[in-house]
Amino acid sequence: MNILISNANDKPIYEQICTQIKNAVLAGELRPGDALPSIRSLAKDLRVSVITTKRAYDELEKDGYLYTVPGKGCYVAEKNTQLVREAYLTQIEEHMTKILSLAAACGLTADDLAEMLRLLAQNDP
Amino acid sequence: MNAIECRDLTKAYQDFTLDHITFSLPAGCILGLVGENGAGKSTTLKLLMNAIPRDEGQISLLGTDNQSPAFLDTKQDIGIVLDEACFPEVITPKELGKIMSLTYRNWDSDRYRQYLDRFRIPEGKKFKEFSRGMKMKLAIAVALSHKARLLLLDEATSGLDPMVRDEILDVFNDFTREEDHTVVLSSHIVSDLEKICDYIAFLHHGRLVLFEEKDRLLEEYALVKLTREQLAELDPAAVAGQKVTPYGAQALVRRDRIPPHFVTEHTNLEDIILFLAQAGAAG
Repeated sequence: MNILISNANDKPIYEQICTQIKNAVLAGELRPGDALPSIRSLAKDLRVSVITTKRAYDELEKDGYLYTVPGKGCYVAEKNTQLVREAYLTQIEEHMTKILSLAAACGLTADDLAEMLRLLAQNDP
Repeated sequence: MNAIECRDLTKAYQDFTLDHITFSLPAGCILGLVGENGAGKSTTLKLLMNAIPRDEGQISLLGTDNQSPAFLDTKQDIGIVLDEACFPEVITPKELGKIMSLTYRNWDSDRYRQYLDRFRIPEGKKFKEFSRGMKMKLAIAVALSHKARLLLLDEATSGLDPMVRDEILDVFNDFTREEDHTVVLSSHIVSDLEKICDYIAFLHHGRLVLFEEKDRLLEEYALVKLTREQLAELDPAAVAGQKVTPYGAQALVRRDRIPPHFVTEHTNLEDIILFLAQAGAAG
């Protein structure tokens, strides 16, 4: 698994870790039951603060992506289909917001967009 | 558990006062002590070891009050490196190892030899012939070889070249892989501290201006470039520091308190410290 931390990125570091682990889970790169690196070793390897990785793991646990076995470590949780769906829906929404702002910039109405989408869906069996 | 508890620490000299320093540092973290020359960094470190008398306050390290008789025992678990490595001039690292094995109960000569290897320190060379970097590395090797749980380092990386500094920071980073290993290091090379610290403490004229998680600081503050008129309109509570030139202004702001249309830039620890120090000097 790759985790890339960028300082130029305006997103907080814990969020960057969170997103990348989430993506790895969604992409199936991390399978349910896989052991995640310990908070401390991940922090030291990424050269970020322990507090930050702890925060990222807490967030992931809250969102149901991983679970902790006290004294043993953190593991990837069983994939929750509802969860995955939710994540994809959020992504679709993000893309749509972008589409809307682009459309507004070149004067397309929502109907024009709906027409475009219908045509695209027809071509794509 | 907190590795360090420090409450209302006060020490007055004729021309300088360390003024009611209070903080606690959880075990397993790296604390960076920043501040200009004479801000009180070394005084604080000396007081932590109870090496100089204090006027007021309470300190406990690794759960032991540092004025209690039991602290003598706790000292075995603390490694210290001062900005000048002071070992007898004619002694070699090999001989030093022998002396230390009689000094420290938990001396680990294998580990000592590993560090000498890792730092490429010749075992048979006399201490006086060492370069500054070598002396420092030797002092650090000693501090790391008696199974210390707390390392106190005063300017341990100053005067060293970037490669050696990075090597040493790596060692500290590895040291804190253990959950109960804690490091306090003072430095005025802020970029070094930004690389490895979990917490940052900023001393300014003997007062503790700031004690905060490093990443939280970087999240909380941002840099904006703006015109002087815009700067005047900003909520004063949002501006932590400012620099005004005839062509515009730069301000360190709290990210959550400024209007969203401002373009913020990611800032670094050095900027934050500089802006806060200036604001502190003016205020």
